[in-house]
Formats: sequence, structure tokens, C-alpha cells
Amino acid sequence: MSSMIQTDTQSVVRSKKADAETYNRRADGTRRPWYSTLTARVVMIVLSLLFLLPLYWMIASALKSDEELAQFPPTLIPRSWEFGNFVEAVTAMPFLTFFANSAIITVSVVVLSVLSNFVIAYGFACIDWPGRDKLFYVVIATLFLPFPVTLIPMFDLWARLGLVNTLFPLIIPAAFGSAFYVFLLRQFMLQIPQAMLDAARVDGASEWRILWTIAFPTSLPALTTVAIFAAVASWNDFMGPLIYLQDQEVQTLSIGLQAFRSVNAQDVSFNLLMAASFLVILPLLVLFFVFQRYFIRGITIGGFK
Amino acid sequence: MSTSQAVDARSADPGGAAEPATVDPPARARRSTVRRRNLRTALLFISPWIIGVLIFIVYPVAYSIGLSFTRYSGMEAPTWVGLQNYVTAFLDPLVRTSVGNTVFYAVIAVPLGLVVALTLAIAMNQNVREVALYRTIFYAPSLIPAFAMSFIFIVFLNPQFGVFNRILNVFGGSNVNLLGDPTGVKIAIILMAQLGAGNAALIFLAGLRNVPKTVYEAARVDGAGPIRQFLSITFPLLTPVLLFNLITGVSGALQVFTEAYIVTNGTGDPDAGALFYMMYLYKNAFGFAELGYASALAVLLFLVGLALALLIYWLSRRFVNYDVEAG
Repeated sequence: MSSMIQTDTQSVVRSKKADAETYNRRADGTRRPWYSTLTARVVMIVLSLLFLLPLYWMIASALKSDEELAQFPPTLIPRSWEFGNFVEAVTAMPFLTFFANSAIITVSVVVLSVLSNFVIAYGFACIDWPGRDKLFYVVIATLFLPFPVTLIPMFDLWARLGLVNTLFPLIIPAAFGSAFYVFLLRQFMLQIPQAMLDAARVDGASEWRILWTIAFPTSLPALTTVAIFAAVASWNDFMGPLIYLQDQEVQTLSIGLQAFRSVNAQDVSFNLLMAASFLVILPLLVLFFVFQRYFIRGITIGGFK
Repeated sequence: MSTSQAVDARSADPGGAAEPATVDPPARARRSTVRRRNLRTALLFISPWIIGVLIFIVYPVAYSIGLSFTRYSGMEAPTWVGLQNYVTAFLDPLVRTSVGNTVFYAVIAVPLGLVVALTLAIAMNQNVREVALYRTIFYAPSLIPAFAMSFIFIVFLNPQFGVFNRILNVFGGSNVNLLGDPTGVKIAIILMAQLGAGNAALIFLAGLRNVPKTVYEAARVDGAGPIRQFLSITFPLLTPVLLFNLITGVSGALQVFTEAYIVTNGTGDPDAGALFYMMYLYKNAFGFAELGYASALAVLLFLVGLALALLIYWLSRRFVNYDVEAG
């Protein structure tokens, strides 16, 4: 019984893996010649260069000296390699404070989002109850609501609670689920074989136990996707911190960097700003490279219907 | 657990197996009892969402509507002004400018964004060995926060030393200051947004991978080439995800804010060329402390956004194809 669950779990998780081995074969199994993908490759390499350009320009500018950055025509490859810019960027502003605030918010939001959306999605995908699919339409509908209408009342509410200028207004909402993540997880969890859940119920497992022992391991790719989406959204959020965090001690990287630029508006060193920006996106790039396979599988298996 | 007891009772019932014809109605009744009992458990599971909707959607929407009929600075109690905020909004020349800017943005950025995202998705779905690398590269700019992307564009487009002008020079053009021009700044922000097409592309990719391979094989047997296959199979079957991306794209375009805020350092200039609706709303609420007026602007945005989403959904019934189930 438990071994059957395990095999089923793995087959759901790995169902797309077979695709990887068929890349150079036709539908009938014969090998394709290498040049058949040439056009596609050329197009993709050109597109890749275009999409790598902003990242490259950020790093190149971060490494230039002030004089080199102000030079025209610009140098495509930095001549000076000023690694000291990174040190200077971190010391020119309270970078570590900003970093710590961003990290506290992001880690809390990721944990709360994964837990709350997972439990909610289980209620919508794995338990059969009257009115379930109708209520799910309401979830979808809230996905398309223009959120700015809630901005002012929410600010007013947090201000009354005395929590403006704290990190709470940016963390607590994550505990109550979010339509897009519920949707993503539900689509994925609908693929869990109903027979597997029923078998566990016959054996006397509670829904709570099934949630953790069957649904959780099966849904790991989708949960990874939600974690990455939530991490990126929270780490990069600009408007939330702009509204709620006014004192420098509580500010995050996104508004901290903008404030640094604003204060030094006349004479801002863009190489330092680029160096600091690169340090901001570095954790996300690492996170994405490490979890890339799970992430894409998590979003593509459930499908959008 | 109540659920498992009910299921146990059914499987332990020896009479059920002996008389399959007569057991059907009671079994159905039992099933609906199970579902009703499940209701309590399920409501417990989805309760965070229900509470969230009440606190973070129902309450603020109602409160916004109420505030929109008042003058409110956030300090003293709101005073009732009736429809005055709405009248002001219709006469305010900056509302007209910001609506114009937002429409300009939406009309170009939304269709362009769909084309870019679909192109990326097709590239991400190619059958080549190193496809994972391309996926990562195409998605990478979506990881760059809007503020950092704006900094990059400010450097890139700098009128004195930017690469953009260098490229223009090579092709015989003279230096331009794109961010110093009311239309140029909008175009720059639209182009910037295209680099973040990775999220929409992933959703298209999910749709592409759900098209059953057998459909393509059948088409190939019938002699359909790649373009014919795209137009007759891929595109019609992608319409549900297209609908999703279209509605989220329009909704995002109505709310464009961060890039414009950073590029213009919060001003929306030159000549209010980058003063988008959301930025004007933000300025009224948090710059001028006109929370009542800003609420009226928010309610108008809410109504327009809702109407557009419903309109797109209604129109989509003519073109969205739900015929083939996910394979």
C-alpha cells in the first residue's frame, strides 16, 4: 500500500522526464540530422544575446570607473575592472540593513505563502464537497480584480493598528493565500490520482495526514514554483515598501537603492548603483539556477485551463 | 475520520456486491452524505482564503467606495462631499493626461507583450539538447526587479554617454534623449516591460506542452507543414492561455507604476509624459494626502478594470477553444 503510493507519487513527479530523452528523435523514433534544428538554434542564440544584454550591461557598468562610465563612445568591455565598486556600494548606503529587511520579509512571505496556499489548494483539489467548483470561480475572479482599489483602505487599516513603518503589512497578507498560487497548486494537485487519496482514507488516515504524507511530496514541483514566484515578487516589490516603510532602518533594498539615488540626484554614481543592484539580484539568480527544473515543471504540468 | 468510516461501511457491505442493480440509489445518497460531511472539513482547509477575501478584498473595496464620497487627509475624520470627487476627476486635466498615457501604454504594450511571450514560449519548447539553458536565459530578465531594470535603461539611454546613442551614431543618427521626450519615455518603458515577458511565456509554455502530440502526428500524416500546424492546431488550442495572459496583461497595463516612478524619479515628467494613472493616484493619496479624491480615482480604475475583464471574457466565448483536454 505505502509502496504503491510512493511509485505513483514518483510517476506524477517524473512524468515529463521521458521528454528529455527524445530531443533528437522524430515521432517515429528515427534520429534527426543535426542541421534540422539549425534555424531554431540561430534564432534562439540571437534572442538569448538580446535577453542577456541588460544583465551584461549591469555587470559591465558596475565594474567601470567613474571616468570610464562617463566616456563616449562607451567601452563594451570594462577596461578598469573596479571590483572595489562593490565594496564602495555596500558602504555608501546602509546596504546590510536593507538586505536584512528584505531577507526577513521574503523568507516569511515564502514560508507563509507555501503553507497557506497549499492547504487552501488541497481543499479545492483533493476534497469533494458541494459547491466546490462554483466557489473556485470566485477565486479565479479575484485574480482579475484591479488591486489598487484596496490600497488606501489597507494603508488606513495598518495605520490605525500602528503598524506602518514595520515589516508586518508586507508579511501578514501572505498567510491568507493568493488567488494565483491557489490556482497553480490546484491545477497541479488535480493530477494526484483520486484512488490514491481514497485508499489512504479507507486506511483511516485523516485529511490532515493525507495532506502531509501524500499531497505534499507529490506537489513539490508546484510548491517550488510558488516559493520562487513568491520570493521574486516579495524581494522585488517596490510599491508596498514605498508606501509602508518610511524610516531608513526598516527599508528594503528596492526602495533603499531608489532613495540613495534620489538623495544624490545631482551626482549619483551609476556604477555604484549597478554594483548594488547586481548584489540585489544575485540571490534570485542563484535560487533560480538551482531550482530551474522543478520550477518549470511545476508550472507546466498542471496546465492552464 | 468521518469520510473513511463512510467509505469503510460501503466496502464492508456484502449485500452491495451481491445486488449491484438495486444498490445504486442508496450508494448515491451515501455519496452525497459523504460530500456534505466533507464540506465541514473543506471549509476548514480553505478558511484562510475566506478570511483573506473578507479582510483584503471585500472590506477595502467597500471602504474605498465609501471614502470616495468624502474629503479625507488621513488625519481628521472624513467629511462627506457627495459626488464632488467624481466631478473633479472628470474635469481634472491631469486625469485626462494620465488616462491618455495609460491607454497609449496598454494599446502598444499588451499586444506586443503577447507576441514576445508567445515567441519566447515557442523557443522554450524547441526540441534541442540545451533547451534548459535558453529557458533560463529568457526568464532571467524577469528576475531583475523593475527598479534595477530602470537603472540599467537610464544608463543605456543616457543622452551623453549611453550605448543607445552610440548605436544611433553608427547608423548615422545623431544623439537623442529618449527619456527627455514625453513620447520617448513611454516607448522606453514599454520596451523595458518586454524584457519581463518570461512569466507570461511560462504560461504559454504550459499551454504548448498540453497540446497532445498525437494531434500533431495526425496533422503531419495529412501533410500539414509547420506554419499550417501552428495556425490550425497550436494557436486554437492556446486560446485559453491566451485569454489568461490577455486579461492579466490588460490588468497590469492599467496599473503600470514602478518603472515610470523610477525612470522619472517620482515626477512623471517630462511634460507629464510618464504620468500614468496609477502614478497620479499614488501622488494624490501619499503625496498630497487627498485620500478621498484618490479613492474616487481608485474606484474608477476598479470599475474600468472590471468592465474590461468582463468584456474580454465575453468576447472570448467566440474564440476560445476548450475542445481538447489536457494530454
